[in-house]
Amino acid sequence: MDIASAPLLSIIMFLPLVGAIIIAFLNPEAKGNARWIAFWTTLVTFIVSLIIWFNFDRTAGGFQFVEQRNWLDVMKFKLGVDGISVLFVVLTTLLMPLCIVSAWVAIEVRVKEFMIAFLVLETLMLGVFCALDIVLFYVFFEGGLIPMFLIIGIWGGPNRVYATFKFFLYTLLGSVLMLLALMAMYWHTGTTDIPTLMTAKFPADMQWWLWLAFFASFAVKLPMWPVHTWLPDAHVEAPTAGSVILAAILLKMGGYGFLRFSLPMFPIASHQLAGFMYALSVIAIIYTSLVALAQTDLKKLIAYSSVAHMGFVTLGTFTFSTQGVEGAIFQMVSHGIVSAGLFLGVGVLYDRMHTHEIAVFGGLVNRMPIFAAVFMVFTLANVGLPGTSGFIGEFLTLLASFKVSTWVAFLATTGVIWSVAYALYVYRRVIFGELVKPALKGIADMTPREIGIMVPLVVLTLLLGFYPAPVLDVAAVSVRKLVTAYEASVQPAPAVAKPAAAAPPATPGGPATPAPSP
Amino acid sequence: MQELTTYAPALPEIAVAVGALLLLMLGVLRPPAPSGDYLVGTLAVVVLAIAIALVVAAPDQRAVLFDGAFIVDGFGRFMKVLVLGGSILVLVMSIGDLARSRLLSSEYAVLLLLSVLGMMLMISAGSLISLYLGLELQSLALYVIAAIDRGSVRSSEAGLKYFVLGSLSSGMLLYGASLIYGFTGSTDFAAIAGFVHGQPAGASIGLTVGLVFLLVGLAFKISAVPFHMWTPDVYEGAPTPVTAFFAAAPKLAAMALLMRVLLTAFPGIAPQWQQIIVFLSIASMLLGAFAAIGQTNIKRLMAYSSIGHIGYALIGLAADSEAGTQSVLVYLAIYLFMTIGAFACILSMRSKLGPVEEIDSLAGLAKTDLPMAFVLAMILFSMAGVPPLAGFFAKFYVFAAAIKAGLYPLAIIGVLASVVAAYYYLRVVKIMFFDDARQQFVPIEQGTRFVMAITGLFVLLFVFTPAPLVDMALTAARALQVGQ
Repeated sequence: MDIASAPLLSIIMFLPLVGAIIIAFLNPEAKGNARWIAFWTTLVTFIVSLIIWFNFDRTAGGFQFVEQRNWLDVMKFKLGVDGISVLFVVLTTLLMPLCIVSAWVAIEVRVKEFMIAFLVLETLMLGVFCALDIVLFYVFFEGGLIPMFLIIGIWGGPNRVYATFKFFLYTLLGSVLMLLALMAMYWHTGTTDIPTLMTAKFPADMQWWLWLAFFASFAVKLPMWPVHTWLPDAHVEAPTAGSVILAAILLKMGGYGFLRFSLPMFPIASHQLAGFMYALSVIAIIYTSLVALAQTDLKKLIAYSSVAHMGFVTLGTFTFSTQGVEGAIFQMVSHGIVSAGLFLGVGVLYDRMHTHEIAVFGGLVNRMPIFAAVFMVFTLANVGLPGTSGFIGEFLTLLASFKVSTWVAFLATTGVIWSVAYALYVYRRVIFGELVKPALKGIADMTPREIGIMVPLVVLTLLLGFYPAPVLDVAAVSVRKLVTAYEASVQPAPAVAKPAAAAPPATPGGPATPAPSP
Repeated sequence: MQELTTYAPALPEIAVAVGALLLLMLGVLRPPAPSGDYLVGTLAVVVLAIAIALVVAAPDQRAVLFDGAFIVDGFGRFMKVLVLGGSILVLVMSIGDLARSRLLSSEYAVLLLLSVLGMMLMISAGSLISLYLGLELQSLALYVIAAIDRGSVRSSEAGLKYFVLGSLSSGMLLYGASLIYGFTGSTDFAAIAGFVHGQPAGASIGLTVGLVFLLVGLAFKISAVPFHMWTPDVYEGAPTPVTAFFAAAPKLAAMALLMRVLLTAFPGIAPQWQQIIVFLSIASMLLGAFAAIGQTNIKRLMAYSSIGHIGYALIGLAADSEAGTQSVLVYLAIYLFMTIGAFACILSMRSKLGPVEEIDSLAGLAKTDLPMAFVLAMILFSMAGVPPLAGFFAKFYVFAAAIKAGLYPLAIIGVLASVVAAYYYLRVVKIMFFDDARQQFVPIEQGTRFVMAITGLFVLLFVFTPAPLVDMALTAARALQVGQ
């Protein structure tokens, strides 16, 4: 395989950057050129990422397409994907061209800068999912803040400054603690290589602190209740394409972080803090679903529903079972597609009415039948109706949590009911009913361009709902490896006295290192 | 001939001294030109460039001259290159600007050269006497430069304030030095270190008091809290090119001096000075973060920002390790580029009526001058420590050193302060990118644009090849540790 030995990950990472540089040299008035270059760049990136997707060896659990270059003596510029990250890489590259097209007419001012910001953002997002060096990961993880700050701040709504500051500072505050944690990991192990760190055994008390520091970062990013408050603000103010990327990709970095760092590197702390995570997840699922019910702004509603859906991700992740983790991954991929569709749908409305107040709309089905159908698919997928991709993820996570605790599963399932309530309620208010509002009399249905954006998302939503294997198969081996490694480290040695295993917190010596005999 | 070659390691200093004197003669003898003395300014750049070449070309070994008073080593070379390079960049952009303000006299360039000479002596100081001589040579030149705009009350006020407070700090420093001499019997760093090491009970109380006074004097020079009061006023009052110079080179030289004193003369009583440095560091980071929030003048903002940055650099010193020293050097090098770049942008804030310093006047800069807005935004993000920009790596190394040394509270307070500081940097970005344009600046000077481009590229591209600087800093840090 010649093509597979090329540095494909570097290529997809740096292609967008090259596109951005080309756009930077354009005449500021060349709006059309900027759009086309951005579109072709993201499309080619997507095609190259498909090569990775099809050449990915689904039977191997390790990292593939690994590249390594010298960077900062110990810290290497090391890239690679496993079954978990390859999904997010392809999701990112898939959504980028759609975002560019969705901004085709919506963004009229400073088009050139907009496209540059987006392409740079793509490079940084892909870097997060490909990085196999913890410092490199942090660089990309944090670096994404700069373009997103500008995207919300420049092209956002009326209250954009407040929203973008909140977004930036919240996320930064969470991340800096992670920065200290990864330095501590470096001094403890002498390496920043992620695959090596995944097998490193940290002392139990150190795991606690490291876990909490990483939690601070990922919980804000995901976001988990109670640190989710930046998300609704950011979503409401962000331009459509920004909202799509925020919901579909940036939030997933938190969930990805839990899977890549917290679980494999700090298994003991994860084990001990699982109850805490269940509590936060269940609160997020129920509470934010109820909050969503009361929203008057479409984007805010979807934002709160995102928080609830991310609750399923953390719930599934911390069941430490194959089903739970696969469910969490599937939920993230599905939410990436569905929330992108929902935000693009809101964008369609916003382009026509320049508002996303629910009260402004009503009876749209009379004038916009295609839109109504598309929006219904995404709404029902958001609810988790069987036959849509939303169902698989929620079902798997609930299944896994049922094994852990019936109460957790019970409470989380009530969240599903609440999500039906808010989703159908808002769908009725926006789409059904008589079209009485005079402003809506002349509203036009979706243009071919808009339909073209929606088609791939609708197809994927339904396809994955009926046939989830493409996603689950890719992740399966990596997930099994993750779960096996976790089980090996939390049940260190059955030979050691059984009572000690029953009460894990009281082991200051560190149960992670069973090898030396006591 | 043999006599002369022993002075070869001091050749860069000799070159600067001779150059300064020659330029002084030239400036005095030439008829005064109304447009300003470009020739002397340009020649000063040449003198500094020659000095850099001499520093770089010198053999890479340790040399001790004048009975231990003057040390040339890898550490000194690293810092001298930074100080000289920073001075060149500042001079390049200040020539045009001062000419516009009709302040470009030959004295400016000569005084600047003399203060650089003082800094080079500070960096190489091997005893308390040469420390003081270097410091005073630098300071006296700077007092005058601060007040170079004689017609402006603010500039004179800045110069006077700087002079009064600077003298006070010099007095304290001298008092501390005399106590140290009294209790150790030597002014030579190596001899002091030997004496302290020989004391089984550690430091006597007199020596500690002397060290505290010495540190107070030096803290004034690096404007660490609580000895920072002069900084905002002097930054605001002095002409902007002068402020740019203040923020860059003297800070670096004073930090180099502080490091050399603490690490080579007092390694034996590290726990004593460590607590002082930790306190200075925390206080500077917090004040730098919180006090800058309310500022409306960009130069005052930069003053508080530089106070905060010194706080971060001190973290590395507090770690008291090779990694710590290396991190300070990396921090200072990156800080130098960021601060000069920021001042290149501030120098470009000039309306038809003259320089403007209100932050609000930057409103809408992204629409009127996107390249400048972009460079300034990148520098501000970098100062906030956001990756992938250079400033992130600066912070990364100091925090890593603190974590290695087990200074967890210091590191945690540091990162939290950096989030607060991010707010005011973002505020400037917001004004430039999100607000509507209010006024247009006059076209930017060539030299300033050049400096802007260099610093902007450095901040942006550092992530691709960070290794050379980090490795050089490591070599320099080792050289300092070897000298103990």
